[in-house]
Amino acid sequence: MRIELPAGEWKRVSPKYVMVDVVGNLIAAVIVVAAASVPAFITHNIFWWALPASLAVIFIIVLALTPRRVRAMGYQLRADDLLFRKGLMFQRFVAVPYGRMQLVDINRGPLDRAVGLSELKFVTAAASSGVTIPGLPEADAEELRDQLVALAESRRAGL
Amino acid sequence: MNLDSARSPGRLADGEWHRLHPATPLLKGGIALIAILGVIVVNLRDVLINIVIGGGPGDEYDPFVWIIEHDYAGLIVLGIVVGLLLFIAGFYVSWRMHTFRITDEQVEVRSGILFRTNRRGRLDRIQGINIVRPFLARLVGAARLEISVAGQDANVQLAYLGSSAADELRREILLLASGTVPEGLGGAGVSSASATARLGELLGPELPPDAAPPESVVQMHLGRLLGSLVLSGFTVFLLAVIAAFVTVTVTTREYLFLLGFVPAIIGMGSYYVSKFTKSLRYSIAATPDGIRVGFGLLSTSNETLPPGRIHAVEVSQPLFWRPTGWWEIKINRASHSSAKGAAGQANTTILPVGNLADVRKVLELVLPGVISADEIALLERGLTSKGGDDGFTNSPARARVIRWFSVRRNGFVVLPDAVVLRRGAVWRTLVVVPAARMQSVALHQGPLLRRLRLAGIRLHTVAGPVMPYLGAIDAELAVRAFGDISQTAVASAGSDTSHRWRTA
Repeated sequence: MRIELPAGEWKRVSPKYVMVDVVGNLIAAVIVVAAASVPAFITHNIFWWALPASLAVIFIIVLALTPRRVRAMGYQLRADDLLFRKGLMFQRFVAVPYGRMQLVDINRGPLDRAVGLSELKFVTAAASSGVTIPGLPEADAEELRDQLVALAESRRAGL
Repeated sequence: MNLDSARSPGRLADGEWHRLHPATPLLKGGIALIAILGVIVVNLRDVLINIVIGGGPGDEYDPFVWIIEHDYAGLIVLGIVVGLLLFIAGFYVSWRMHTFRITDEQVEVRSGILFRTNRRGRLDRIQGINIVRPFLARLVGAARLEISVAGQDANVQLAYLGSSAADELRREILLLASGTVPEGLGGAGVSSASATARLGELLGPELPPDAAPPESVVQMHLGRLLGSLVLSGFTVFLLAVIAAFVTVTVTTREYLFLLGFVPAIIGMGSYYVSKFTKSLRYSIAATPDGIRVGFGLLSTSNETLPPGRIHAVEVSQPLFWRPTGWWEIKINRASHSSAKGAAGQANTTILPVGNLADVRKVLELVLPGVISADEIALLERGLTSKGGDDGFTNSPARARVIRWFSVRRNGFVVLPDAVVLRRGAVWRTLVVVPAARMQSVALHQGPLLRRLRLAGIRLHTVAGPVMPYLGAIDAELAVRAFGDISQTAVASAGSDTSHRWRTA
């Protein structure tokens, strides 16, 4: 049984983020698999190929599931907190009260920029809060940031 | 501008610039200088005696003999004297340039000769004020005042102040930070006379600790402290290591092997000694400005934590403390002391060892207004109970697969102002997180938990030794708890006024 919260409408991240995620993972996959193949090339031992092969299988599964994983991400601006969800196999829901916000980051990697997306990071005093919403269209990300800052200001709390 | 040094207890928090204790240069590094000077003098004395008595230079190599024999004496002595004078002048100037002031809003420190540093800390962001008295400083009656604000290496240090001046200053800073309107400024709608009276009344109970130390609510017994060290997990680890070494030595008959063991023994011995001396004069007491925790035998440390600066509390019992019924209490706090405390301790253990009655007293102190008396009783039951129907929402029976022993004890309670998590039947742990301090809350479920219709909850607080998480609880209850906890967190944070604790 999957966890479902009795909450309202989830705002999803842009479908274009699938492309960003796939390309990013592909690059990582090529590098990691190539590095893992080095022992096999050096030793000429056939068993060493098991290492890059198994890594390749894992990456293929990750890549195949990307569209579903991206669709599983979502956020909600509730009355007093930001609710974020992600994950298919490993589901994670985080609720962060607006007043707890210390700062909001907007990051754009080269792949993000190519398709006009941004990543929004919500930082609290706890390192483990880790709310990062990827794949937001640039304008939306900036609007969301301003909205979050305004909400945080109106509900300011101490540490 | 009147720059009197902070030797005598006067009013230091008056917004003017003040200097530190005149012995500061000596305590900060001048001791080494004196030692060097001493070494030089002692060596010279031998040479002088030799010259006076007329004996020849000794057989052994001595730099001073060499200097005298080679006619460099004048030059070298001049060099040494000039160097020492420069050092002393440097220390003196750096002391002159090191000033601080405390205004109603902030504490500010200026230091440095060539590279000037200016550090300001806001008073309403203070996480704790620590007065550390290293052994040498105690001898000359000086103390280091450490004002910690949230963050890594974010302390404002005043080293050193006169001992009583430090106590006085701490009281004044806490008074300013608490939101009390000082005399003279006049609060809105408060007449000057009544403000003065209120100030006097507030000043009353918080006397300098040397004059009338606040009564410690927990007494540290020598036997209990020794016992707790002997029965700690570290000792078990140590015994295992020794057993392994002995086995290896006996089987291989390489007795020299044991020599490699000596540094390790010394290291472990110093661990025990530092832990022991640190905890020996432990005290914890309530003051109007939060709790005061004292530690240390030779070097003492005495810290005041204002209310609402404790982000999580963990009461735990290592397995070997079970027969004696001892517990340990640790806390998470937002400031990380960059300078080591009295014995290099991270000031996060606020009860090194204590019985259940001590635990109750300390919990009452560290969670004022968060936990009511009934709730304390609930926690106390929760600590020792075997689980089941004891006020906690515990894991369902099907969680036994992943919580073999603790399935009946693995549970939580959502109180009006706090969330309590309980884990473990072998290593018992109970975590209390004040809802007003919680940063965020997460609900998670992996494939294994999903098959068992379970879920886990994690509360996010500032970093520290306490990890508030709970796994393997019923998925539906977890979803409901997630909603409750996130609402409690918002509500408590909204009504929380502890950053200005006296303006309720």
